[in-house]
Amino acid sequence: MGVGIEVVDLNAWYGVTHTLKDITLNIPPNSATALIGPSGCGKSTFVRCLNRMHETNPAARATGTVKVGDRDIYRDASPVEIRRRIGMVFQRPNPFPTMSIYDNVASGLKLNGFRNRKVLDEVVERSLKQSALWEEVKDDLKKKSGASLSGGQQQRLCIARALAVDPEVLLMDEPASALDPVSTSKIEDLIFNLKNEYTIVIVTHNMQQAARVAENTGFFLMGQLVEFTSTNVIFTKPKDKRTEDYITGRFG
Amino acid sequence: MRVKFHKNLDELKERLLVMAGLAEQAVQRSIEAYRTRDLSLCDLVFQSEPAINRFEREVDQMALDLLAMEQPMAVDLRFLYAVLRINADLERVGDQAVNIAARVQEMTAQASAELPVDIPKLANLSSAMVRKSLQSLIEANSEMAHSVLAMDDEVDAMNSDAFHAITELVQRKPDLAPQALNALIIARNLERVGDHATNIAEDVIFWVEGADVRHSSDSRSEKRDVEETS
Amino acid sequence: MTQIRPSRSNASIRQATNHIVTAISILSTIVVLVPLIAILFYLIYKGASSLNLAFFTHTPKPVGESGGGMANSIVGSSLVLLVASLMGIPIGIAGGVYLSEYGSGTWMGAIIRFTADVLNGVPSIVMGIAGYALIVVHQHHFSALAGGVTLSIMMIPTVTRTTEEMLRTVPNSLREAAYGLGVPRWRTVLSISLRSAAPGIITGCMLAFARVAGETAPLLFTAFGSNFWPHSLNEPIAALPLQIFVYALSPYDEWHRLAWAGSLVLITLIMLSVGLVRYVTSRGQLKGGM
Repeated sequence: MGVGIEVVDLNAWYGVTHTLKDITLNIPPNSATALIGPSGCGKSTFVRCLNRMHETNPAARATGTVKVGDRDIYRDASPVEIRRRIGMVFQRPNPFPTMSIYDNVASGLKLNGFRNRKVLDEVVERSLKQSALWEEVKDDLKKKSGASLSGGQQQRLCIARALAVDPEVLLMDEPASALDPVSTSKIEDLIFNLKNEYTIVIVTHNMQQAARVAENTGFFLMGQLVEFTSTNVIFTKPKDKRTEDYITGRFG
Repeated sequence: MRVKFHKNLDELKERLLVMAGLAEQAVQRSIEAYRTRDLSLCDLVFQSEPAINRFEREVDQMALDLLAMEQPMAVDLRFLYAVLRINADLERVGDQAVNIAARVQEMTAQASAELPVDIPKLANLSSAMVRKSLQSLIEANSEMAHSVLAMDDEVDAMNSDAFHAITELVQRKPDLAPQALNALIIARNLERVGDHATNIAEDVIFWVEGADVRHSSDSRSEKRDVEETS
Repeated sequence: MTQIRPSRSNASIRQATNHIVTAISILSTIVVLVPLIAILFYLIYKGASSLNLAFFTHTPKPVGESGGGMANSIVGSSLVLLVASLMGIPIGIAGGVYLSEYGSGTWMGAIIRFTADVLNGVPSIVMGIAGYALIVVHQHHFSALAGGVTLSIMMIPTVTRTTEEMLRTVPNSLREAAYGLGVPRWRTVLSISLRSAAPGIITGCMLAFARVAGETAPLLFTAFGSNFWPHSLNEPIAALPLQIFVYALSPYDEWHRLAWAGSLVLITLIMLSVGLVRYVTSRGQLKGGM
């Protein structure tokens, strides 16, 4: 089951650049939350702070409170532990090219020392079914490399890989921006199905996509969260003029 | 900036306003025909109907195309939605003008009589509502649109008065019933014109403020909510 | 407006340029291949006649006696190279991992990178003398170990720098994918970064191996050479390049022929070992993988 995320006064820096300013919001569990905004507005930094991926960059720094479920991820847990509970899917599909499809899905468990074959088989099958890839790859699981799949399949493979470690939250950083429309709609269907079991946070440049998949949408601008509310409100009658200007294309 | 899209929105608005002009003119002419018993004006009203209908289809198509191809959001989405609704209302205003003109045609064949209904006054009032609602559309002025809503009560009251006066007249002088009933129907048509103007004003408010003020007993309080948060 | 569309005359010029460049690259390929093939054929021509079973099974015979072989040198070279590889490759790879994954941008990293580059340019004779001064003098005798260690030091910079460069070509997105799954950093380095860069790193190791396999000068001062079968790593040991060197300088025709044969065997062994490693590491690759 997914858990809610509570962010209070989150600030982040890259070197001296203040990329996130006093972000406070509540992401409800078992729903999809979209984050929109122009390039460089901080939305990607924000999701990377939610699983402490932000700090893998030596120049990066963050302060504030992020509670996932009832745990403060910056105080009560190690980054490695947090990232197992919060899966992440990236903009460009990044399957491990040296691994088979099977090993890609199992990698999260295997690389953490899990070896029980029978359980691994089950997890791989379940995850691939969840990501709607099972039927397409079940005959080549150990024969083909993850990199041999098409872009859309690779991205679903990455989703399966993230699901295999049984996270509570799934962060998606522009998961469909490198995909064609058919693959994109498959990803969106997945999001629709997955939010019953996971809390999904999706960064997207595509406002229609946000409108289609998310219950709530946040608009970021220059490191600030300008508006965060129900998706239908954002797209029909946003309260802030800046949100309105951005989503109607009157921006800049 | 979505230059082409916003230009298209402006064009659509212009087209809608041209149509609005036709509909308003038709109402004016039908009332003028009532006052002067000038059948040629009635003919003009009948002739304008196909033109208004053609405009309605055109505006619908333009709005639909923009919805399909530009995926408008927020204020633009509300605008297109309002345009589609206003478009239907304007077409109905044109229809009311035709109905009035038909009544006037019938009345000219009947003996003229002194009727206890001030049709020109009622017509002035509902026309003013139409003009004001259109002006609020032109200026994107929701304040002005709100004032249209207030005017509707007066039109309704006048229409209700007309009903009672005509009922009383028909009871008193049954031979005047044909003329009296025609006048009542015209009053009713004008009241409907006022209703359409009210609808247009509500759509303008929705477009500008994002607030749905339809059928709300206290539209003022909702408006205040919107102002506080913007 | 300037003309930006290609005109017909431009097209013919571009075609001509295309042909010229193609011709130059084919020519260059030939220039590279010719010496290698020429050397190989010359060695076969000069040395093949002296190759027989005894060459691979016997130790050298004194001057005047016919027969004898270089079996002890082949074994000696293999042992010295084994020691060099066992030391040089792990240390070299570890250094490369540090430079790419941990030390990039630190002053420590800069110092290591600079040192590796300088070490790469040190003449092999100097490495030999250094090996002599640092190991042989302290042990009071020449040894296979001293030779191996000296060669390993020559391997390290090449392995380190290729490992670093190859790791840098591993997309950061793969590391992030692993971090995102909650994989610790050390595990990511081992199982993702090194695994992905493996083909390139292996090439680097093979380059370093092939380079030191033919080195003579460093071994002169460290392994020294021997006419007998090796008994331990802690005594002077024969090596193919040394034996070739000694035989080639001698005044005897018989030894000259043996030197040619030894050279042929050395080159063949290097080619075989590189080919074998390539074959073994290319097996088990997946369809569509790297």
